[in-house]
Amino acid sequence: MPIQVKNLTHIYSEGMPYQTVALEDISFELADGSFVGIIGHTGSGKSTLIQHLNGLLKPKSGNILVDGLDITDPSVKLRDIRQTIGLVFQYPEYQLFEETVEKDIAFGPLNLGLSEEETAERVKEALELVGLSYEEIGQRSPFDLSGGQKRRVAIAGVIAMRPKVLILDEPTAGLDPKAHKDILRLIRTVHREERNTILLVSHNMGDIAAMTDKVLVMHKGRMVMEGTPREVFSKTEQLIVMGLELPPSSKFTESLKCRGIDLAGLPLTIEEAEREIAGWIGKQ
Amino acid sequence: MIRDITLGQYYPGDSKIHGLDPRTKIICTFAYIISLFLVRDFLGFAITVAFLSYTIFLSKVPLKFIFKGLKPIFFIIIFTFTVNMFMTKGETLVEIWFLTITKEGLYNAFFMGLRLILLIIGSSLLTLTTKPINLTDGIERLLSPFRKIGVPAHELAMMMTIALRFIPTLLEETDKIMKAQMARGADFETGNLLRRAKSLIPLLVPLFISAFRIAQDLAMAMEARCYRGGDHRTRMNAMRFHWRDALASFAMIGFIAIILLQAYVF
Repeated sequence: MPIQVKNLTHIYSEGMPYQTVALEDISFELADGSFVGIIGHTGSGKSTLIQHLNGLLKPKSGNILVDGLDITDPSVKLRDIRQTIGLVFQYPEYQLFEETVEKDIAFGPLNLGLSEEETAERVKEALELVGLSYEEIGQRSPFDLSGGQKRRVAIAGVIAMRPKVLILDEPTAGLDPKAHKDILRLIRTVHREERNTILLVSHNMGDIAAMTDKVLVMHKGRMVMEGTPREVFSKTEQLIVMGLELPPSSKFTESLKCRGIDLAGLPLTIEEAEREIAGWIGKQ
Repeated sequence: MIRDITLGQYYPGDSKIHGLDPRTKIICTFAYIISLFLVRDFLGFAITVAFLSYTIFLSKVPLKFIFKGLKPIFFIIIFTFTVNMFMTKGETLVEIWFLTITKEGLYNAFFMGLRLILLIIGSSLLTLTTKPINLTDGIERLLSPFRKIGVPAHELAMMMTIALRFIPTLLEETDKIMKAQMARGADFETGNLLRRAKSLIPLLVPLFISAFRIAQDLAMAMEARCYRGGDHRTRMNAMRFHWRDALASFAMIGFIAIILLQAYVF
């Protein structure tokens, strides 16, 4: 299910005095089963872009092809798009509303028109995937859970729709370090188990560098860079101009280099940095 | 979607009317409304229309915006007009089946309809030329003498200000939740009335929770900055009467005098 975005342009409040160009001529491709990250400063158009990908917003011009089907075509049923492309918004726990966790997760699958049995099965599976026990919390109110648990339940609500492409908008925003790690682990698990395509929007460069195999960089409504994390993060100066930074590990080794310590690579994770520095110490 | 809805009907400008103190405008609007009920014939309304037209001209608010305020009460005007036309007893003009239109009825219908229209236009001129925040400030100051008899003037004004302040916030929140639920396949647009009402639950429950959360955060933030009500609070932009407020007041007094003279003396 490759996704091709071609020359996408979106304008907010067109024709009004305060119209703003939110997206300008965006083109990229998501390969099947890839794990892609989107980075960009606040207001760079990331959220607008991902809302186009599942049909919540319609572009002014341009096309989005999902498996050859153009979803910007008005005749395409939005339900079919949402079945294949799942979108987890920022702070998804604010969308919980049902009496029990089970019912809340079942909302999406039932809206797809699935049977009760199929839905029940998917609810259990989704809860398991996000690392929660169905027996323990299935019948509890989602409002009694902790912040991290709520978020996992909300993500499970989208996963239960079994989207072939899962888009997550800053899934770790506002969480404590442990919940942060748990969410990242669950995203990895989902990616591995469901073999779906994942699109992760994040401000955390460390997460992006460590998890993705392709990074898209947005700046003022345009797509300015595209490449592997290593390619993107090696353009340090350009990133800093756009208000972005390096992952903590590369930031650390970069400042070591400034102090005259001769390190070669650009470590994307703490582990890589550790190896690099250990190697340097060994040489000394 | 919801983002496009414009809020309040303030029309930004820097006309003579915009520049008046909100207290002057509130009092004058009240005086104007009372004068509408003193008018006894169409000549009185002619004077009122002339006075109102000049005020609108001074305010530089386009007529399009003025008449937009009439749209929501269109049915009330039609209703008043019809009821007056058919229900007034008097000299019969036309008879259709069981309905009779009398001369007095027709006169009353036009008279009441015009009064209603003038009432709405006059009061919407107040909200068109005054920022909501200034309006609540003005109300607070006008009510403050009544504090002694237990009217919580400051609290009322603060509540109004906060309510106004949070309309855009809650609209944004609604938009977000709506989109999130639509991403989970919720359908807000099709189906019969019952289905549609039911489909609002996934929107309303999170919205209420958000509203309470926002309210709690705001209360906390206000207390953290030592907010404790109205007594002895000073203002950064204190309201002051200017010469143009005096001028406006004189114009208003003159207008009412003319209305009174026209209606009850001549």
